[in-house]
Amino acid sequence: MKNYKKLLGIGSLLIAGLILIAADHIDAPAVQGGTSDITDFYAFQGEGNNSIVFAANVQGLLSPSSTSSAEFDENVLIEFNIDNTGDNVEDLVIQAIPRDGVMYFFGPVAPNSTGLNSTILADNTMQGSVDITSYGGNAIVGTNAGLSYFAGPRDDPFFFDFAQYSAIIGGTATSFNNPGSDTFAGTNVMSIIVEVPKSMIGNSGTINTWVESKRKQ
Amino acid sequence: MKTIKLILGIVLIGTVLFSCSKEENLDEDFRNANVAGTYLQMDQMARPAINTVFVSSGSKDAFNTTIPSEQNAAFQAMFQANLQGLSPAFANDTDANALGLTAEAFSGFLSTDVLNVSTVGTTTFFDGVNVLTGRALADDVITVELLLIFGGEDFSENPGLSDDHVDANDVAFLPEFPYLAAPH
Repeated sequence: MKNYKKLLGIGSLLIAGLILIAADHIDAPAVQGGTSDITDFYAFQGEGNNSIVFAANVQGLLSPSSTSSAEFDENVLIEFNIDNTGDNVEDLVIQAIPRDGVMYFFGPVAPNSTGLNSTILADNTMQGSVDITSYGGNAIVGTNAGLSYFAGPRDDPFFFDFAQYSAIIGGTATSFNNPGSDTFAGTNVMSIIVEVPKSMIGNSGTINTWVESKRKQ
Repeated sequence: MKTIKLILGIVLIGTVLFSCSKEENLDEDFRNANVAGTYLQMDQMARPAINTVFVSSGSKDAFNTTIPSEQNAAFQAMFQANLQGLSPAFANDTDANALGLTAEAFSGFLSTDVLNVSTVGTTTFFDGVNVLTGRALADDVITVELLLIFGGEDFSENPGLSDDHVDANDVAFLPEFPYLAAPH
């Protein structure tokens, strides 16, 4: 009965046409493989436990040879959204956009408007910047007002036996291998990382957060 | 003594360089950056693999451009159908996962794609004690999700599908900012 259920499940899956790509790598037609394609999002307590680190990765599956030519897109804004009132609407944003080899950061600050359209909050006083680290160079860290900033290529921190998952979905395998094989080993991403004092993102005890890529119109 | 401290400091910093010299000229830099205009949403994500797993192929761009507060109303039914199609652990409506969530409840939770992050304690996707209090770099998020999708009420169902047996990244993370490892 269990086997029957399993077969039924996999059959339904094929009918549904689900193909898992990865964490969010090449997830949708409009963004896949492009400069606005978010691959992953992390949010965790920083060293010392008084800060939260937000990390957004874009442009996944970069081989070492293609990483040196990878660049952030000056028309693509990366926006970290923070809801500290529990309604899943952003109360604060941290914006990051590159210009001439420098990544500029704005916030955390309340956005001009919530939702799908953003303008960059260049007039607020919460600002910082960091030179974009080049491939092969030492990591450059910018700091301002208690925040730390990084932008540049990094190892893709995501790990998953995606190849075997694909085989299962494709019907040529029925289970994962043990040990598995990390499909993302040896690949790079373009990372934007900002560490923010907890005091700047509210005292609600928990936040809801997500990251967006937005293209200049 | 100062020299020793300086050397120690440089050693501690290791390969990380700090650039603070730009601060004095920030305002001028920002004026020159010319970032005016309207920026329209292209992609979004919070929890890993949500769009790729639970959203049907024709709706992935729509999910990326639906704000989180409206995602549940627009996508919960699709999430539930795809979850029950994907996993035999949810074959019956009374089936639940280890969080005690039925297919309806679990899809209702996941379809608002935000990452819950504690600002007062441990931040982890799941560490055996804390559940969904953040996402740390070393968290084995795929196995957690596979367990919640395929593992049934006590993580014992569908063992061949509930763990990919890749438990860690291929290189070590850094103990300090920027935390992510240098590229290959």
